[in-house]
Amino acid sequence: MTMTLDGDRPDVTPAARENRRRYVRPYGDTTGDGMVQVSFTLPIPHGPHAEGAAQQLAAKMGLDPALVVHSHPIGTDFTFFVVYGSVTHLVDLDEVHVVEREYPLLTPGEINAAVKKALRRKLVVVGACIGTDAHTVGIDAILNIKGFAGEKGLEYYRELKVVNLGAQVSVPELVKRARADKADAVLVSQVVTQRDAHILNTREMAAAFREAMGERRPLLVAGGPRFDPRMADELGVDRVFGRGTTPGEVASYLVHALTTQRKALV
Amino acid sequence: MTVLELDPGLVRRARQMAARAADPVIALARAHTTVAVERAALRLAGITGADTTYRSGDVPWVNRVVDTVREHCGLQHGVAVPAFHALAEHDLASLTELAEATAAGQVRFTVPTGRARTRAARAARTAIARGLRQVDRARTRRDKLIARWGDPPQRPWIYLIVATGDIDEDVVQAANAARAGADIIAVIRSTGQSLLDYVPEGATHHGFAGTYATQENFRIMRAAMDEVSKEVGRYIRVTNYASGLCMPEMAVLAGLERLDMMLNDSMYGILFRDINPIRTFVDQRFSRQVHARAGIIINTGEDNYLTTADAVEAAHTVTVSQLLNERFAHEAGLADGQLGLGHAFEINPELPESFRLELAHALLARSLFPDAPLKWMPPTKHMTGDVFRGYLLDGFFNLAGVLTGQSILLVGMMTEAVVTPFLSDRDLALANVRYVLNAAGKLAEDFTPEPDGFIAKRAQQVLSEAVDLLERIVDDGLLDAIADGTFGLMRRPAEGGKGHDGVVEKAEDYCNPAVDLLEEGATR
Repeated sequence: MTMTLDGDRPDVTPAARENRRRYVRPYGDTTGDGMVQVSFTLPIPHGPHAEGAAQQLAAKMGLDPALVVHSHPIGTDFTFFVVYGSVTHLVDLDEVHVVEREYPLLTPGEINAAVKKALRRKLVVVGACIGTDAHTVGIDAILNIKGFAGEKGLEYYRELKVVNLGAQVSVPELVKRARADKADAVLVSQVVTQRDAHILNTREMAAAFREAMGERRPLLVAGGPRFDPRMADELGVDRVFGRGTTPGEVASYLVHALTTQRKALV
Repeated sequence: MTVLELDPGLVRRARQMAARAADPVIALARAHTTVAVERAALRLAGITGADTTYRSGDVPWVNRVVDTVREHCGLQHGVAVPAFHALAEHDLASLTELAEATAAGQVRFTVPTGRARTRAARAARTAIARGLRQVDRARTRRDKLIARWGDPPQRPWIYLIVATGDIDEDVVQAANAARAGADIIAVIRSTGQSLLDYVPEGATHHGFAGTYATQENFRIMRAAMDEVSKEVGRYIRVTNYASGLCMPEMAVLAGLERLDMMLNDSMYGILFRDINPIRTFVDQRFSRQVHARAGIIINTGEDNYLTTADAVEAAHTVTVSQLLNERFAHEAGLADGQLGLGHAFEINPELPESFRLELAHALLARSLFPDAPLKWMPPTKHMTGDVFRGYLLDGFFNLAGVLTGQSILLVGMMTEAVVTPFLSDRDLALANVRYVLNAAGKLAEDFTPEPDGFIAKRAQQVLSEAVDLLERIVDDGLLDAIADGTFGLMRRPAEGGKGHDGVVEKAEDYCNPAVDLLEEGATR
C-alpha cells in the first residue's frame, strides 16, 4: 500500500496519478499556475519602448501572460526589469537526466575526517606545472590556501600535506620529489596548449611514473582549462579536471579515489 | 562618533606587545634587501620597458639588469652603484640603453671603490631623486584635485571592485560605477599575479578573473577616473595591489601614476600565498615607505583570516593583525590617516545575536584605531547563492558600517560566489548602500552601547584575547609564531616559501639611494 500526500481521490486512475507526477509546472500560489519571476537588464534607455522590449523577451522566454512589474534605468544606456509571469512550458520529469559525479562532494571537515580514518596519517599531495609551462594559475588556485571560487585550496585541509613544486618542473624531478615525499597523489597543471604540449607533457609524465614505480605509483591527476575530463585513459592518468574545477572537487575526488578505489595500496 | 570605553591599560599593553613582536622583524627587514626592492629602486631611477626578443615572453628590462648585476657581483652592495658605474663606464645615456647592452652581453658589472664609487652613488641618487620628485608631484596633484572636486560627501566612502581582465572594459565599468555612486574603484588583479616575480608591461586585455597590474594600466585607469571625477564633481580614488613578489615595484608604480590606495598587508602574502616570510617583511617595509611618501592609503587584509577561520573564535586574530599592521606601518612612516586597517562582516548569520557580535567587533576596531580610515568588508563566506537572502545580509552589513562609523565600505554583492557581478548586481548593491546611508546615515549619533552590555563586554573580551595572543607571539618570536601556524592556520617556516632566493643580506657598503631619500624625506 503506497501512501500519498497529495489527497488522492478514488476517481483518479493510477495512470493519471502517474501523469501528474511526470509533468510539473512552477508553483506560485496555486498548483499549476506556472508563475515565475525573472530579472534582467537590456542595453537600451529606460522608457515605454524598453518596457515593450522586456515584454517581448519575456514572451519569447515562454511567459504568457508576462507582467513587467518594475523597471528602472541603470545609467543612460541600460534598463533593469523585474518580470512576473506564467510559463507555458512543462517539465517532463522522465526527461530529467542528472550526470552523477563518481564521487560525493565533501566539506573540508568531512575530508579531514575521512583521511584520518582511512590513512591514519596525512594524505600527501605533490603539485607542479610540468614542462616549459610557467602558468601556475591553475595549480595555485587548487593548492594555495587562497583557493578559487570561494573555496579554500588544499593547503587549508588539515589532513592534507601539500608540496607545491611550482612552475617548469621537469618530469624526472617530479618523479623524484613524488617518491621522496611519498606522494599519495600527484597533481599537474597545464595551461599552455601550443602544439598539444599539454597532452604530450601529461603522457610523458604518466609514462615516467609507470616506468619508475609501476603499480605503486601515486594517483595521477591532470588539470587545465583545455583538458576534457574524458581524456584520462588516453593520457594514462587517473583523472582529468577541466575548466572551472574547484579545490573542493579535487579534494573530494582524492579522498574518494584513495580511500575506496585503491584500498589495497594504502 | 560612537566609541567604546576600552580599558586604557589593556590598550597600552596591546600596543606595547605589538611593538615588541614587530621590532625584531623590523631589524631583520633593515638588514636585508630583495631583488624586488632593488628593482623598485631602478624603476624610480627611470628604467621602463621590456626585452621583447626573449623567447618565452617579455622580460622587463629592470629584471634583466638586476639579475645580471646579481650574477656578476651579488646584490649585497645594492644594484644602484654597479648599475650607475657601468652606465658611466660604457658612456650610455639611459638605464634602458644599459639594459639593452646587458641583454647583449656587453656589460660586466663591478662594484667600484674610491672616487668611482662616490660618483656612481651620486649619479644613482640624482636619478632616483628625480623619480621620487615625480611621486611628490603626483601627491601634490592629488591634493589639488581633491581640493577642486572634493572628497565624497559622506562616510563611509563607497568602494567598488571591477575585474574584467581587459583594462578598456574596466574603464567602462569603473566609469559607470562612479556615476552610480562609487567613490573608490579597485581593479582586481589577474589570478596569481602575486606570484609573478616581475611586473608585466603595457596595456593588457587578457587576464584570468582580473586585470594585470601594469604601469600603463594604472595610468589608463587614473586618467579615465580624472575625467569621471570632473563629471561627477568628486575625486574618484583608484586602488590596486601592492602585494605578492613585486610589492615594492607596485608601490613605486602606484606612486608614479597617482594611484590613491593600495592593498598592502604585512602578512597576507606569507599566509595565503606561501611567499617567504623574510622576503615579505623586507618588501613590505620598502613598499610602505613609498606609500608613506606618495600619500597612498594602504588597505590591510584582515578580512582574509575570517574566510579561513571562524569569525567569532578568530575575532582576536583580526585585532592582533591590525595592531601588527599598525606598528609596521608607523615604523615605515605611514600616518594614521593612511591606515585602512581591514575587518569583515563574516559571522555565521545562523548564530544567535550574530549582528550584535558584528557590531561589537566593528566598534572595537573603531575604538582602538580612532584616526584610521578603517576598511569594512562585506560577507562572502556565508553568501550561498540565495541572492535574496544575500541582499538582506548586505543590508545589515551596510547598517553595521554606518552605525559603527566605518570609513571605507567595500560594497557587498548578492551574487558573491555565484557569478562575477552583473551590471544590475552592482546597481542593486549600490541602491542598498544608498538606502541605508539615507535612512540611517547618522544613526551613530543615537547609538551608545550599554557600558556593561553585551556589545561592550564582547569587545573587551576580544581585546583581552588579542593581548594574550600577542604575549604568546612575543615569547615565541613573530617568525616562529608564523612558522607554527598561529595565523590563519598556516604553518610558514622562515626559510620556506616562494621568493626566498630573492632575499639577500646587506653588506657593510650596501647602497640604495631610494631608501636613503625615503628615510631622510629628501628630494635631492
